[in-house]
Amino acid sequence: MSDSAANSLSLRIRVNFPGFDLAVDQDINLAGVTGLFGPSGSGKSTLLRAIAGFESAAEGTLQFGGDTWLETANGICVPPHQRPVGFVFQDARLFPHLDVAGNLHYSHSRSDRSDREISYEEVVSAFDLESLLKRNVNELSGGERQRVAIGRTLLTQPGLLLLDEPLAALDVGRKSEILPYLEQLPKRFGIPTIYVSHAVNEMARLADNVVVLENGKICATGPASSILSHDNLQLSSMPFEAVTILHVTVVEHLHELHLTRVAHNGQHLTVPLIAGAANADSVRLSIRAGDVVLATTEPQGISVRNVLSGILTEVVPLEGSAFATVSVSIDGVPLKAQLTRHAIAELGLKPGMPVFALIKTASFDRSL
Amino acid sequence: MPDLGPLWLSLALAGVTTVFLLLIGTPLAWWLSGTDSRFKPAIEAVTALPLVLPPTVLGFYFLIALGPASPVGSFWLQVTGDALTFSFSGLVIASIFYSLPFMVQPLQNSFESIGRGPLEAAGSLRAGPLDAFFSVVVPLSRRGFITAAVLSFAHTIGEFGVVLMVGGNIPGKTRVISIAIYEHVETLNYGEAHVLSAGLLVAAFAVLLFVYSLRRGGRLNV
Repeated sequence: MSDSAANSLSLRIRVNFPGFDLAVDQDINLAGVTGLFGPSGSGKSTLLRAIAGFESAAEGTLQFGGDTWLETANGICVPPHQRPVGFVFQDARLFPHLDVAGNLHYSHSRSDRSDREISYEEVVSAFDLESLLKRNVNELSGGERQRVAIGRTLLTQPGLLLLDEPLAALDVGRKSEILPYLEQLPKRFGIPTIYVSHAVNEMARLADNVVVLENGKICATGPASSILSHDNLQLSSMPFEAVTILHVTVVEHLHELHLTRVAHNGQHLTVPLIAGAANADSVRLSIRAGDVVLATTEPQGISVRNVLSGILTEVVPLEGSAFATVSVSIDGVPLKAQLTRHAIAELGLKPGMPVFALIKTASFDRSL
Repeated sequence: MPDLGPLWLSLALAGVTTVFLLLIGTPLAWWLSGTDSRFKPAIEAVTALPLVLPPTVLGFYFLIALGPASPVGSFWLQVTGDALTFSFSGLVIASIFYSLPFMVQPLQNSFESIGRGPLEAAGSLRAGPLDAFFSVVVPLSRRGFITAAVLSFAHTIGEFGVVLMVGGNIPGKTRVISIAIYEHVETLNYGEAHVLSAGLLVAAFAVLLFVYSLRRGGRLNV
């Protein structure tokens, strides 16, 4: 079986609650991290719970990698504990009667002995749990609880990892603390992952592909870079600022200045120090449209460190607002900028014009 | 020295009843805590009946239901050679029903307060339903189990009307402590009645003190 077949998720399911109807008919090839994105109440968590087997109201068929987990017509419904799924809850749900080590052993001792690819020691080191092992789970901070919860889930040796808004219950500082652990997941453990969130910045930071859910239906799927930059996507219930994802290469770290220089097709950018990335590593930067300023001539004598030259390709006015979204092609990659319509008119911005895009270094701050 | 036979008999009856109640009441409380069945209110009402009915009513029906003429009583007579009424076994069966709410209600409250969250977590960590019950629900309901067992035991020690109706007053067989006190008073033997009564009073206070301390001022919801 090829890798793509092994990671394909086939969803033909309905979940009916009073006043809410989730209906999904979609094959998703789960490569890396798939973001399940949409406003609150769109059915993201319900869909995730149906995949895990927690929604007894789910009907239809559900297959993963050739295994059938749900086939209502034939009375098949594999119970949650027999699906090779790891589920991380928003509220961690650690067992309060066990300490941290006890929580990790709970899943470790129940995993199939013959297929333990992820070792206990590896999880303890990947999530820096050594110093927490003897702690009572009620004494842990929110971020520590989620680290234990993710580690505990990985020890079940899941074939599919489901993360249900793991950052939503954390305050801003804790989110930044846990993000590096989430970012390392795909590379370190290589488990296909579905990540549910309504936060654009989390999607931009973590997701390779994005599935957009609105009112219980999938309304768009595609690579994160095109979905989040609003190509072909209008969410009526949740307007969000377009985000451009740039894949750049690390050139050098300027440690004394706490900066990292990166290259994008020969043009250079300076961003806050990216700890943990080596020279020539590829890293992902996300730029919110509102953080981009356009100039028609190369600016002089300003503090902005990052100036990218490109060609303006498109101006899309946002209905009923002061703004328009402008696309600038930076060596073929569309960079989105949100400008006032007034500024566009005054500068006479039109498709085909050469422009300079200015981006403040601070807007690359990788904390959330 | 008063005859301590009734005391040992009461302790034996309460102990055996509590063990059976743990076995019967736990699955019943678990079912009640999670079900949406339309029979749930009816089952809950039946479970709570002993709280409101006079023990003589329960005892009267048990006397009929367990008597040698009834299907249950005649079956028991055929299998064991003994009648159920006026026997220790009959007392155990009656006591199980009589003390059922004291086992089921604390357990049900405890299970409901845990909710489905920890069970889902256990399921996602490869624990089957039975495994999850014993490895997560039982440890998290420890206080509920202790409260339920202590209350069931103590309530069975204190029963009088049901025992008198079903078991009568046979020394060594059905003369439990409450019956013995009644008999001492009837025969104006106040000295022995005092010893047994004061003993029960102190024991009952100790049990309730223990349960309330366990709940740290919480309300006894039975």
